[in-house]
Amino acid sequence: MFKFDKLVFGDAGWGDEFLIATFMTLLVSILSMGLGLFLAIITVWAKIIQNRIARFIANFYTTVIRGVPELLVIYLIFFGGNAVVMSIAKVFGYNKYIELNALTIATIAIAVISATYSSEVLRAAYLSISKGQIEAAKVLGMNKFSIFFKVITPQVIRHALPGIGNVWQITLKDTSLISVTGLVEIMRQSRISSNVEHSPLTFLITAAILYLCLTTISGRVFKTLEVNYSKGFST
Amino acid sequence: MIEFLNSIQNSLIYKNFFLVLSGLDNTILLLLISLPLGFVLALLFALGRVSKIALLSRTIASYIFVIRGTPLLVQIYLIYFGLGSVKFIRESFLWYALKEPFWCGVIALTINTVAYGAEIFRGGIQSIEKSQVESGLSLGFGKFLLLRKIILPIAIRKVLPSYGNELILMVKATSLVSLTTYMEMTGIARKIMAKTFAPVEAFVAAGILYLFLNFIMVQFVKYLEWKYNPHLRLND
Repeated sequence: MFKFDKLVFGDAGWGDEFLIATFMTLLVSILSMGLGLFLAIITVWAKIIQNRIARFIANFYTTVIRGVPELLVIYLIFFGGNAVVMSIAKVFGYNKYIELNALTIATIAIAVISATYSSEVLRAAYLSISKGQIEAAKVLGMNKFSIFFKVITPQVIRHALPGIGNVWQITLKDTSLISVTGLVEIMRQSRISSNVEHSPLTFLITAAILYLCLTTISGRVFKTLEVNYSKGFST
Repeated sequence: MIEFLNSIQNSLIYKNFFLVLSGLDNTILLLLISLPLGFVLALLFALGRVSKIALLSRTIASYIFVIRGTPLLVQIYLIYFGLGSVKFIRESFLWYALKEPFWCGVIALTINTVAYGAEIFRGGIQSIEKSQVESGLSLGFGKFLLLRKIILPIAIRKVLPSYGNELILMVKATSLVSLTTYMEMTGIARKIMAKTFAPVEAFVAAGILYLFLNFIMVQFVKYLEWKYNPHLRLND
């Protein structure tokens, strides 16, 4: 039933494969969280500027992506992404076949999902900054850039950190869906190993434990960050 | 005009729409069993979590920790592939349920939603003011009556918005059951894609249906909130 002796490192077991797979999961999570935060900033910006078209597009994007299963979004980007990239390339006169590698597609797909959650968190954090502060900064003669980087950003980080921690956990767990695209991360690795060794229970439990470790450790990290960023504020 | 209507009728997305629609009942069937079951169990688990019996509370806390810390996909695979590989389960009566992808999906979804739901209800139960419980006690309420008349109604009302969120997450989570060969909407969309090599049309058709399902869910939660939180109604 259990073949935990198959988890040793080296040629006799799957230990090193699982280690690499864990790093792959972390890599996809970090890359897509970063790209997601970038997309989220654009989305929030589109929602708060006084432009009806920009706001409509941003609202449409967040509503649709959050209302549709993650798996469907991943399928769409995985199977449809190449066609979209190729048709864009055609506009620029490049007619050869392009294939995005699995990591790129995985990162984009998870980022598109994660950005919708991040954008809600960031928007709430931005709205919690009182207008008086921005006005005060203007009175002091600060330009737009220094208002953004010295007044808004530090406070948004402080308010948004708990929410971003939650989004990180969701993103980390969503990377398991990427296994359907063939990228070898924890989930895919556990399927491969269990097919070879005919012992799904062993390797699925391994995967569960690895995910549990990742979520617990990163939860701790975010707790520490929150304490650091709320220094001088009674919470 | 008629040409336009014909072109819509002949378009792939229109045909796919009805093909995917045939999987809607399977998706709803998953929800119809796992959501009510999950709701009742989540309430019981939440009560166990706040109970003074340390062993019970600790056990439920670790259950919630494990389920919330692992992806749903791992849980579905563990039940479908993992349990099926154990010999004594294959020989026991459990096999009647576990050999069907549908029941594996229902079990996995229920286990998952119970953990999240219990945590939500725990928040609701712990946010009840002590004075309300004490006034119940002073009126001579027994434990069960207190639970039925004071604690549960207040707690459930308070957590309706966050439980509504969980319900929507569950609608989305049903798509993962397609990975155990169960043919609900995502599974059918995937099959259409494999047949027609037109991924966008297949998945957009499924996406529209999921949006529709979630829209109904949102309206349902809104109605519940309107009905059970009359003091929070905005315009009357």
